[in-house]
Amino acid sequence: MLLFDTFILALKNIWSNKMRTILTMLGIIIGVTAVIVIVGLGNGMTQSVRDSFSSMGINSMSVSIWGRGSSRNATVDYMYDIVKENAQYLKAISPNIQISSYTVKEGREDYRYTGVYGVNEDYTAMANYTLADGRGLQYMDIKENKYVCVIGDYLAREAYNGNAVGKDIKVGPYRFRIVGVLAPKATDPDMQEGGEDDRIYVPYTVAMRINQKNTVDSYTVIMADENYANQAKMAVENALYAIYEDDDAYYVYSMSELLEQMNQTISMVVMVLTLIAGISLLVGGIGIMNIMLVSVSERTREIGIRKAMGARERTILFQFVVEAGTTSALGGLLGILLGYALSAAATAAVPMIMPGESVAISPGTSAVLVSFGISVGIGVIFGYLPALRAARLNPIEALRYE
Amino acid sequence: MSALIEFNEVCKFYQMGDTTVKALDHVTMQIEAGEFVAIVGQSGSGKSTCMNIIGCLDVPTAGRYRLNGRDVGKMRRNELAAVRNEMLGFVFQQYNLLPKLNLMGNVEVPLIYARVPRAQRRARAKAVLEQVGLGDKLKSKPNQLSGGQQQRVSIARALVRNPPLILADEPTGALDTHTGREVLGMLQELNRQGHTVILITHDNSIAMQAPRIIRLEDGRIVYDGDANSPDAFVASPALGARLRQQAEAQPQEGGQG
Repeated sequence: MLLFDTFILALKNIWSNKMRTILTMLGIIIGVTAVIVIVGLGNGMTQSVRDSFSSMGINSMSVSIWGRGSSRNATVDYMYDIVKENAQYLKAISPNIQISSYTVKEGREDYRYTGVYGVNEDYTAMANYTLADGRGLQYMDIKENKYVCVIGDYLAREAYNGNAVGKDIKVGPYRFRIVGVLAPKATDPDMQEGGEDDRIYVPYTVAMRINQKNTVDSYTVIMADENYANQAKMAVENALYAIYEDDDAYYVYSMSELLEQMNQTISMVVMVLTLIAGISLLVGGIGIMNIMLVSVSERTREIGIRKAMGARERTILFQFVVEAGTTSALGGLLGILLGYALSAAATAAVPMIMPGESVAISPGTSAVLVSFGISVGIGVIFGYLPALRAARLNPIEALRYE
Repeated sequence: MSALIEFNEVCKFYQMGDTTVKALDHVTMQIEAGEFVAIVGQSGSGKSTCMNIIGCLDVPTAGRYRLNGRDVGKMRRNELAAVRNEMLGFVFQQYNLLPKLNLMGNVEVPLIYARVPRAQRRARAKAVLEQVGLGDKLKSKPNQLSGGQQQRVSIARALVRNPPLILADEPTGALDTHTGREVLGMLQELNRQGHTVILITHDNSIAMQAPRIIRLEDGRIVYDGDANSPDAFVASPALGARLRQQAEAQPQEGGQG
């Protein structure tokens, strides 16, 4: 009851001093707007990093094996067994051997940026490729060391005008028969060269032969659940340690670890920026305190009258605290609206300034709630001192005040 | 049965640098429920201090003030606020209305602090504003009214909690003679209805309207009695001094009048 009346009274007082109130709220408005935009930017950046990672496979790990003079070796079958035995953490595995000593050739054209990798029959599905034409690599291709390959969209368009299946392609001196073409991953055709659409996948057994190795030194593993990245990594490491008994003989690296690191960096930057924006909130709070002190001395007589009518100290205190809280809450609301407007504008502006980039700046509900809460809190905290001064006024002197 | 107001050797001293100002110097008096009393005195006589203490805005330095049998000097600030709200209605010289609120809003203020529900509040405020003849101006702001009308609003506000005691501090001071008389008439009417009315004034002609006069000089009572006695309006300092001696010798003199 009293709360409602006090709130209405506060709104009336704020309304009767519109200009002053808006100037008072400015600090809070700017602070909240800045917080909203910065948090939104942070969210957008995190999301865009996440997006670019998940196209590579956020749930993937790469395993490198050097061996280090051990007499025993982890065979491909041993690695396959690791995955089978840890099915709750690991989903799939493929050797991933790069052939880097030869250049890709079609006719007289060199494709110097094209990557050539030896993989198994599961790999294209693991890496989220879909087949656009022909067939994928098959178990028999690997078992029988067939010189066949699957190529990316870029190569198929550039070298064969999209009509590649059945043709041959040369990697150094070796000639491969193209059996399938992968659908493009990149949305922008200008960004394909050297990327995931500029690849040749051959059977890993053939790659071993070309590299003149009799062991596979590099694998890609897909986790069953990215939330258990640590357990997945441990499972692979433990199995490898059982063979090599040496930590330096292998290295397991998960994409989610890298993502985690990037996210941490972004969070740090956002936190520092938010802190700077927080200073504006502090300044806004001091502005509110200042104006409330002025308001208390302007309304000394009113306070005296109210006390004579039976207002308790707590009631007066409450009245001024509610007024300060309402002022800063209104500032917070305006700041949130402005922050959203700026976020939307920036989201629309990013692709115009940086073609090919898109960041969705979305502050999210929690940022809005928190910044609203903080702005109310600031009003209450900084309004408390002036309100206390009002509550403690001597009624006789207050009534005499001109 | 004790009196409504009971001053027993009430003192109020202020320290002004090295000197002690005795605003009230051992004042003893009683005012019964239902009385109409004028407290008269020149400025500096202590009448404002007296009013502040009666009105529970201030507490005595020494002595005892009982209001309706309760010792005000021992009350906490919250209790004082509650007493002001329940027991007292103030009418000020400068009306002291809140300029931003309309008449209803102004008259409702004491009811808000008494936590009366909104609907009852509005009905009660409307009723008292009608009682003082302003039922047609409920939504007006104070500055749209004449001085006399504003003073009627402040009387309505003083009445809204139906307190036993109305405390009027120079209620006619800012009004012309005619309007002043109207306001006084209203206070007399309230007294007839059973409210105890205390009128604080420096103006003898106003004070004469009250049946009983308490005259203060230099913080002491120099006369307490019938308004019709010529002693009530002493002007000469010599007579004043004589009366003061009398008052000192017999502090209770005339108190039962």
